Amino acid sequence: MGGNVKVVIDADLCQGQGRCFSIAPSIFNFDDLGNGFVIGDGELSPETIDLARLAQANCPEHAIFIEESS
Amino acid sequence: MSVDAEANADAKLPVVDFAVDWDHTDSAWVSDPYPIWDDLRQRCPVAHTDRYAGGWFPTTHEMVAEIANDTEHFTSRMVVVTNNKFPPNAPPAPMGGAPPITSDPPFHQFARRLILPAFAPGPVNALEGQVRALCTKHLDALGDVKEFDAGASYAQYISPGVIAKMLGFPEADEDRFRDFVHVVLDLVDLAPEERGPLFLPMAEYFNTQIEDHVAHPRDDFTSYLLNVEFNGKKLALEHVRGTMVLTLVAGIDTTWSAIGSSIWHLAQHPEDLARLVNDPALMPVAVEEFLRFYAPVTMARLVKEDLDFHGCPMKKDDWVLLGFPAANRDPEAFVDANAFIIDRAVNRHAAFGLGIHRCVGSNLARMELRVALEEFIARYPTFELADPSGVTWAPGQVRGPRRIPLRINA
Repeated sequence: MGGNVKVVIDADLCQGQGRCFSIAPSIFNFDDLGNGFVIGDGELSPETIDLARLAQANCPEHAIFIEESS
Repeated sequence: MSVDAEANADAKLPVVDFAVDWDHTDSAWVSDPYPIWDDLRQRCPVAHTDRYAGGWFPTTHEMVAEIANDTEHFTSRMVVVTNNKFPPNAPPAPMGGAPPITSDPPFHQFARRLILPAFAPGPVNALEGQVRALCTKHLDALGDVKEFDAGASYAQYISPGVIAKMLGFPEADEDRFRDFVHVVLDLVDLAPEERGPLFLPMAEYFNTQIEDHVAHPRDDFTSYLLNVEFNGKKLALEHVRGTMVLTLVAGIDTTWSAIGSSIWHLAQHPEDLARLVNDPALMPVAVEEFLRFYAPVTMARLVKEDLDFHGCPMKKDDWVLLGFPAANRDPEAFVDANAFIIDRAVNRHAAFGLGIHRCVGSNLARMELRVALEEFIARYPTFELADPSGVTWAPGQVRGPRRIPLRINA
């Protein structure tokens, strides 16, 4: 590990299916249109990464990306 | 209602091979479509029909997603398969008759943004108490009866009550709403000259409601649509009426079907019912599996221009029926796709469609389904089907049980 892990939502792909903020309300929230967005800078800790991956695996639009940078 | 869908279905030629002659109102498809779809997925995987003046039915998740996301080659101008692709008086593309579901980009985005805020989680969550009260009212009305029809006595009441309040229509008109929905979604395989006149009572009803709201504006969705301005202009009246029709039609027997299918499932799977009764926190996860496994809604597109789709020679104005429920049973997309797994953690289902036409009411539908099931199983922790052969299913593009004869245990 060592590098930072961040979660992002591609706003062009998000269609407001609403799965991410239901599964992981500590990581995602919704805007006035019901589209998802990442709370804060999206940096994930070892404690939150699995939850973020679960939300990613449930997004019907494949709009969630988890990026590792060193 | 002068025409009965079931009588009509009986009168037509039964399908011998769905691969080349599919019909979503055929009695075999209506009663149990899943083996048919599994067979087509392996054999075709895109089925064809000459019925309804020609159409296609893709059965894999990948193809359904591809078409749902391809607004360049497929139009949403008509989303319900009928024998009339060009009904008179229907607003043309890009708006279509019921914006935004019948709209294409870029108009679609405008029409959708106008209504998304009303259906976002915030406003929808605020309705939860009202939905719970509605469920309780209908459960109370059942009293101590030990055998009843959970479709006719419970499932069918929840969504019309919510939608009537939202649109600002009299709740007492619920029976009429179900008649309207029956016309739009069930009585699809009629000749155009038979189907057309069936829409007149609905048009008249909506015009009356619009006139009433113009004269007496109030805090509801109808008044919002009548008064909302974009670039200083109000919406065209046909836009307002179309979105009202969409809200009513799409908001009623879709959710009613999901509630009914879920109760029907629980009546036959006491182990799943017991898990939900003993672990209420499981409900949100279970709701997603109910939605995947019994996804009620199938939506259509029309082919814009002649097109070769993975070897299928699609012609301009052919129907494409997007089987989201079939996509949800594709083993390429889901582990043990034909197994109902109540705590399925990874569940990327397409019950609310995919792409820009994702069901606008999905947050509302989910909440209604969850609350309706929570209240039902809290009242009746054990129940079973009293008469499995008495269960009937709605034909057409919204699948759900209409009669669910139940026996309450203990």
